[in-house]
Amino acid sequence: MNCTKCRTKAVIKLPRHNAAFCKMCFNGFIHDQVVRAVKSQRMFGKEDRILVAVSGGKDSLALWDILLKLGYKADALYVNLGIGAYSEQSQAKVHRFAETVAAPLGAVLHLHTVAQEEGAGIKELAMLAHRPACSTCGTIKRYQFNRVALEHRYDVMATGHNLDDEAARLLGNVLHWQEEYLDKQAPTLPASVDGFAKKVKPLYRLTERELAAYAVLNKIDYIVEECPMAKGARTLLYKEVLNRLETESPGTKQTFYWGFLEKHQRQTSTAIAAGDQTTLRACTVCQQPTTAEICSYCRLIARAKASSLSERA
Amino acid sequence: MIALMFIQLSHPPRTVEVKGPKKAKDVLRDLNLVVEAHLVIRGDELVTEDELLSDDDQVEIRPVISGGSAPVEAHVSSLT
Repeated sequence: MNCTKCRTKAVIKLPRHNAAFCKMCFNGFIHDQVVRAVKSQRMFGKEDRILVAVSGGKDSLALWDILLKLGYKADALYVNLGIGAYSEQSQAKVHRFAETVAAPLGAVLHLHTVAQEEGAGIKELAMLAHRPACSTCGTIKRYQFNRVALEHRYDVMATGHNLDDEAARLLGNVLHWQEEYLDKQAPTLPASVDGFAKKVKPLYRLTERELAAYAVLNKIDYIVEECPMAKGARTLLYKEVLNRLETESPGTKQTFYWGFLEKHQRQTSTAIAAGDQTTLRACTVCQQPTTAEICSYCRLIARAKASSLSERA
Repeated sequence: MIALMFIQLSHPPRTVEVKGPKKAKDVLRDLNLVVEAHLVIRGDELVTEDELLSDDDQVEIRPVISGGSAPVEAHVSSLT
């Protein structure tokens, strides 16, 4: 099989685009898709300072790599969740990428260690707070990324969410008719109020398979193993179902999510910001925006501390 | 001695032996793996699913699915 563009030997076939690419043309395709995402969703410009949330996985490291190669000013934050060997391996991979690829291009890596800052690893915090591990992880990561973005005055925070992530999330939201969440599934979310960083998803046009291929072809050493805490997560089931549909009918995932975005354009950034401004106020503990008196992060940490103290008593 | 290709799989990590020659997509089908959720890597080179794999090839079939966060996420609820 030959490359659709240059006719040399192809290394990947993309049925949803009815195309196949060699390494060089595939890299061009990936970069082009990110540029289209950034421009069409008004994510950021060349002068903006971007904070990339990296985990050691293929998506976030590929995102950091792509943004740097496209000439953007992109630093990164890694949150060590304290999941034993998994966190050690993922942090080592992030460090290696930061030293070998990012630092020579002038980029900086920030590090947050949950066990040091929150007093325990994610598994223990989840048990103490009586919450699912994935939910606890999400609360802590979102809080810390927002905090670091604001403290270091980044213009925008970028995450490695891809087309599969967004299609799976959309499927979950539709299956449960979570309409209030549908309104917030855009690839660009504004800095609605003071204390909220702008959040973007520049990989929303690319599938997990395409991003894994980009990492392999560009020798990005990422952690292949699944997070041990994610086993049995509903998102993985939704992704599996969508991939079976995609195999039988190429283009299903993009039709589903991009179609949703087109139909949902009425919910503009301005409308999201206006909604947030009427519902958000400062957390009485940490001052970050929340709809409640105390934000979910502070409630989580308070609950974990209370459980810890009662266990010791 | 019969030559076989060695296929390295993940989740859990294991190796299976398959008689070649065989196209990558046929190997995936025989192992009940979905093309859209996997990459086929021969040696350290990515190959398309139409590539013919031969005996003695070292092949890795790498899953591409990751993630485990809750299926729903709201911007506002991220801090609430």
